[in-house]
Amino acid sequence: SSNEHKLNFKKSKEVCLSYIQDALLQKQWKRAAEFLTCYIESLEKDYSREHIGPSEMIWRIGTEILWHHSQSSMREFNCFMEQMKTLGVKRYLKVCLEHVFHLLCNGQIDEAYQNLSLAESWRFGEQTAIQDKEMKLIQAYRGLLDYCSWSKQKSILLEQGEDEFSDLAVEQEMHGYFRKAAVNLKEIIKIPGVWDIFVKCYVDLLEFYGDHNEARQVLNEYAYNSKFPANPNAHVYLCQFLKRQGESKKTLIAALKILHDIVPSHELMIDFNTMLQKSKKRKKRRLGLEVIFAALDYAGWKENAKAWSCLARQVKHIVISEKHLDWIKQEWNSRKDWWPAFHFSRYLAKSNWQENKSLSYEKALVAGILLGKDCKYFKYVSHQGCKAQLRRFRMLKKFVNRHNRVCLRI
Amino acid sequence: RDFNERCAQCSEVNWGVTDGGGFYCRSCHNVTERTREVVNTDFITNSRVLTISKGSRQQEKNDGGCEWYVCEGFQLVLKKQVEALEALGVCPQMKDEILGNFWRCYLQKSKQAYCKRPAGETVKALSVCESSTDVDSDPERSSLLHLLSLSESEGDLQTDCSFASSVSKVSESTSVYSGSVDGSLYLMKSQKEKLRMTMPMTLSFCYMALLWVREPITLSELLRFVVEGHIPYFNVFQHFPEKMKLCGLDLKIFCVESWPVYEEVFNKMHELAAFLDLPRFPDITESCFLHPDMLCMKYLMEANLPDELHNWTCRVVKKIGIGEVDFLTLTPGNKSTRKVKYDVLAAAVIVVVLKLLFLLDDHYEWLLSDFAEERNKNNTEGGPYFEFKKWYEVVKRSLDVEQKKLDEERAKYLWRCEKPLFYSVKNKSKVLKRRQMVVNLQNQFGKLSGSVQRAEKPNPSSFQLSWSEENTDGSCFHGHSLKGILQEKCGLLKAMNPDYWLCTLKLCNEKLCGHLAHYREVEFPQSYHFVLGLFSFLLRIQPSYIHDEVCLIEHKLFNKKLYKKLKYSTLLKK
Repeated sequence: SSNEHKLNFKKSKEVCLSYIQDALLQKQWKRAAEFLTCYIESLEKDYSREHIGPSEMIWRIGTEILWHHSQSSMREFNCFMEQMKTLGVKRYLKVCLEHVFHLLCNGQIDEAYQNLSLAESWRFGEQTAIQDKEMKLIQAYRGLLDYCSWSKQKSILLEQGEDEFSDLAVEQEMHGYFRKAAVNLKEIIKIPGVWDIFVKCYVDLLEFYGDHNEARQVLNEYAYNSKFPANPNAHVYLCQFLKRQGESKKTLIAALKILHDIVPSHELMIDFNTMLQKSKKRKKRRLGLEVIFAALDYAGWKENAKAWSCLARQVKHIVISEKHLDWIKQEWNSRKDWWPAFHFSRYLAKSNWQENKSLSYEKALVAGILLGKDCKYFKYVSHQGCKAQLRRFRMLKKFVNRHNRVCLRI
Repeated sequence: RDFNERCAQCSEVNWGVTDGGGFYCRSCHNVTERTREVVNTDFITNSRVLTISKGSRQQEKNDGGCEWYVCEGFQLVLKKQVEALEALGVCPQMKDEILGNFWRCYLQKSKQAYCKRPAGETVKALSVCESSTDVDSDPERSSLLHLLSLSESEGDLQTDCSFASSVSKVSESTSVYSGSVDGSLYLMKSQKEKLRMTMPMTLSFCYMALLWVREPITLSELLRFVVEGHIPYFNVFQHFPEKMKLCGLDLKIFCVESWPVYEEVFNKMHELAAFLDLPRFPDITESCFLHPDMLCMKYLMEANLPDELHNWTCRVVKKIGIGEVDFLTLTPGNKSTRKVKYDVLAAAVIVVVLKLLFLLDDHYEWLLSDFAEERNKNNTEGGPYFEFKKWYEVVKRSLDVEQKKLDEERAKYLWRCEKPLFYSVKNKSKVLKRRQMVVNLQNQFGKLSGSVQRAEKPNPSSFQLSWSEENTDGSCFHGHSLKGILQEKCGLLKAMNPDYWLCTLKLCNEKLCGHLAHYREVEFPQSYHFVLGLFSFLLRIQPSYIHDEVCLIEHKLFNKKLYKKLKYSTLLKK
């Protein structure tokens, strides 16, 4: 309860906003609308000293309410957005853009396109230059929609196949969209930023029309240019591209290495490890071991049988050859304190065995090698496996027992 | 014209009107002290009066407006307010005989009308089209601009930035202006000497008049009616006639965007009473509504406390002498008497009585309540004994509900009205467009508010909390008996509670730090805080004001004991 009995305009609107905020957080749209109605008169006051003025507040809050309120229609929503566009010229393009997003979410692609075109043609003295970034975004999104149209035309083309005449018309249209899309997409990705979807679409276009050089350049820029914010996806796109292009292993490995440095837990790490294991170079094989251990540090990989099988294969190979045991030792050093509890607890032994025999097999092999035959994980799983008379588990038990001496050197 | 008395000097009836609206005898040029008894307070009459001094006065400007002075505006405001008070049931004499006279007296004393215009003062009529080449030496203008940019203080409108900047770009061509003739001059005048009229001061006028006729409306009630919209205060200007165009600096004078503050209105009223050289106000006697005995009864009812407590409040009142006529009646200009806040005083008396009977140390009152509960089990005859615990639960529940409603009302408070305000003709179209958009948006979201539409404002009521004896759930405590917490001693009923704790050992010097005591919630028991909170809600003032009065009463009550053997226990929370 408030003991404050004074009240002035500013304070009452502050309090009003906090009620709106509460209502929004609790998804009480009617209540939010009720309080917003009272807040609206702040539009008539000057708040130029404040960080966020009432017109921006009303725009953002009103958008939320109208978007979620059950009695609000798209027509009302659009009408409201048009009003908001007139409220603040400094925000005009931003409002346009957000309006377009809402239209897209509502599936109104054509209306979205119209709005984008309209916004693109907007000019307002020096504001046009000031809002240059937003303008580029608007053009980029229009480019994106052009890409979508291109994509549609492409699928039509592929389906038809036979008929020559219809081919031509569709093809012409398709090329038209390509040109429009390419121009805008190219522009936006020049600016440092996170443009995953634009890059993907642009690269798709370039690949289709055979401009692989440009595609490679774009992807390299996106991944390696330090001006761009660090973005693991950039590297993923590049790797995927290189793979598609059938690039040399060397190039691929170089790109994947960088991805490993940034995101050790990425799903491409399995392929990476597989590639590295097969390599003739010792350094590469060593890297492979590092990669797979690093991936399994992450909780997301705990139950991934494939990942475990990669590790199992590699350590098994090393143990058999008795060469490079120090590699395992190095990797295990920093992990021996916490991997046992993380991966090889008795509880996990039970649940792994119940849910996924292959997983437990691979893990047991690794556990047996790293922790010796007396570790609880190996003991439990191998015992269960032998009890169930599964051959490979018997083999596993034998293997670990045979090589126990070697394993103890780890 | 209407004045028919004979001249004191020459016994003729041949009157004319002076510059300031006073009467002079045309035969012998004797100037009277009498001012015109203007029966109707219509502003047109006044304008005619002022016209004479100015000579030629434009009646009509090109935009359909006319010249008007700030004091005429205030006169209209007061007129509207007193009419609203009449609608609330105040006696009709208030309008002309009381408030009207007070106002005329004020005008005279502040030399705005009804007097000879002092020689040196010229009204700088800065109207829209005037150039500033012959007026406004730089220091004056910069101070005016300074006034415009000082819009952060409470009660002042935040100046439209564009307006301020356009003013600062003022070169030789335009000047600062207002719709009224003397708006800019009005704001520049120094406040001290002549008690410049402000919107809060209109409420001081009203209160002063109410006090004079001893109407049963306290200041806290008056202010509550203002906030609830029963008395014109916010946006009164929308009732100004069409011809009186309001713009520019007028807005700073007439537009209010903060709730009136009790202290401010109260203090101004006393300043005003002294300024007007008013005599001693009509006596506040025991039968008056404003007498503590009467007000205590009202507040006891509203606080859902037993009627029997009234005996105790009367005893306290009598003991410390705050029921005396001389104490309660206002004598303006008498600096030795303390200015009495009738409502706060009555509330404080009740708080003291509660402390006397229940101690309110977060301990004893609950014990006592349990004790009363026990006794209630065997109580078959008469009404039930009062149990503090039950009372607390019932009242707290209601209070929380009402407080929550009030908090929402504060959040939903609307300050603007349909009539838009322009600072200048230049931004008129912009303002109108904005208003249109505001109305559109309000409609759009108003429809989405569901069934909760803003109903007509509820009828003004004197009671905010009401408790009915008909309720069978026992939620009304008026009829409860205090016997449960009293004991018989020598045939008299005395409080079982032998102790008392003083709110403060020493009173502060009010003149130095503005308060008698400094209330901080954490330093006092929860029960005490609750009781303060209850009356704080009813009176719409800070709990610290009530606390101050409580301290004062306690010091009067225990005056002797304070210097004698220490029998009391003071509560010092670590």
